Amino acid sequence: MAYPTDRKYTKEHEWIKVVGLEAVIGITDHAQESLGDIVFVELPKVGADLTAGSTFGTVESVKAVSDLYAPASGTVTETNGDLATAPEKVNKDPHGSWMLKMKLKNPGELADLLSSTAYEQFVAEEGSH
Amino acid sequence: MVDFNGWDMPVEYPASIGCGIINEHMAVRTGVGIFDVSHMGDIRLAGPQALAAVQHISMNDAAKLAIGQAQYSALLYPQGTFVDDVIVHRLGEDEYLLVINAGTREKDFNWVHDNTRQFDCAVENLSDDFTQIAIQGPKAVNTLQKLTDADLSAVKFYWVTHGTVCGLKDILIARTGYTAEDGFEIYVPADEATSARIWHEILSAGKEVGIVPCGLGSRNTLRLEGKLPLYGHEISDTINVWEAGLDRFCKMEKPGFIGRTVLEKAKNEGLKRTLVGLEMVERGIARDGHKVLDNSGREIGYVTSGSPAPFLKKNIALAYVPPQFAAIGTPIKIEIRGQGVGAQVVPTPFYKRPKKAA
Repeated sequence: MAYPTDRKYTKEHEWIKVVGLEAVIGITDHAQESLGDIVFVELPKVGADLTAGSTFGTVESVKAVSDLYAPASGTVTETNGDLATAPEKVNKDPHGSWMLKMKLKNPGELADLLSSTAYEQFVAEEGSH
Repeated sequence: MVDFNGWDMPVEYPASIGCGIINEHMAVRTGVGIFDVSHMGDIRLAGPQALAAVQHISMNDAAKLAIGQAQYSALLYPQGTFVDDVIVHRLGEDEYLLVINAGTREKDFNWVHDNTRQFDCAVENLSDDFTQIAIQGPKAVNTLQKLTDADLSAVKFYWVTHGTVCGLKDILIARTGYTAEDGFEIYVPADEATSARIWHEILSAGKEVGIVPCGLGSRNTLRLEGKLPLYGHEISDTINVWEAGLDRFCKMEKPGFIGRTVLEKAKNEGLKRTLVGLEMVERGIARDGHKVLDNSGREIGYVTSGSPAPFLKKNIALAYVPPQFAAIGTPIKIEIRGQGVGAQVVPTPFYKRPKKAA
């Protein structure tokens, strides 16, 4: 699987696409595949402040509950209302189904994140354990 | 794959072959699905006093069983709490087969063995002798019929027969299951070659009606919709028969079964807690172990099993609450990640399979 090069990735299997100080966040194809059918997504309220590495919500499959971790710090500007009624969109199109948008507080944090190639490698190595 | 009580089992089969918990669940409700349930255990009681032995350890009345008939029951501790739930099959004049849970195989065998010494009856652990395959769903009967000379239409629900299956003679075929659908469980020799062959032949036979292999995930969602208890959740060694609502399987008019004395006393004392069905009203999914709160936020009980219900398209749960909260429609809250989320008590079973048209 070739992961889109227009964004960065975390070891918790989130992606973050940045234009200026505006970031869009979602979860990767590997994440949705591991989770199975997604039935519930819980997101923070608009205006919430997120800290890089802290949990900001949860994504639930039939069987399991998984935390969502903020790839970077910032303030939530918009959440994807579609996911309240059609959470399966994340399975169908994980890289197109965004979860939230935020205004970045500290763009320097992005330097620590993985490129698409580094993420692919990380997933491959994780799988071989 | 997960470790389920020491067994390496799939939670679900791959999406790439059309599986996944939701698809597997829907296949069983509308077509047919196949489960490898060989992790379950098997104890055979045979001998002149086999019935007396079964009657002593089991709460249901096995004397009512004709040869070829089965019943749901439980083995109880003297306190009226559960050693395990069990399906008792009468296979012969003096021959009974108990099918038990995987996690309690050893405990159950020792319990049965130790508590039937006084009866002229041999107790054998046959758990490793069988591969057990469940074929479940409205199209299960047509699928399995292709592979057997036994007339399955003559086998009523909770009855068994023997027949040739996939060329193997004298195979036990039981019209039982854990999915709240019609279906069969077959017991074939445990060697890998035979087991794999049978598995694949069933998959081929069901191909035209979209048969899928099903894992633990859908096994749980299916039994939950049907309010079938799971040991360690709705029933355990600290929960009694009345609390679990399994009264109709407990024949108090039958003297001398283990647990009867304490259950009689408990019945007179009244329930302190009872098992209820819940449906989420506000957004959220109740999960095993979540606290149940009353509307003022006070903790009143806990969720024994909770999950999305793929067929019903609701989020459901079973929970223990005090009897005063058990009325249908009672609003309660589930504590999910620190927040009280609204739910209400609903009738159970949540799902009942449709009756066939006359």
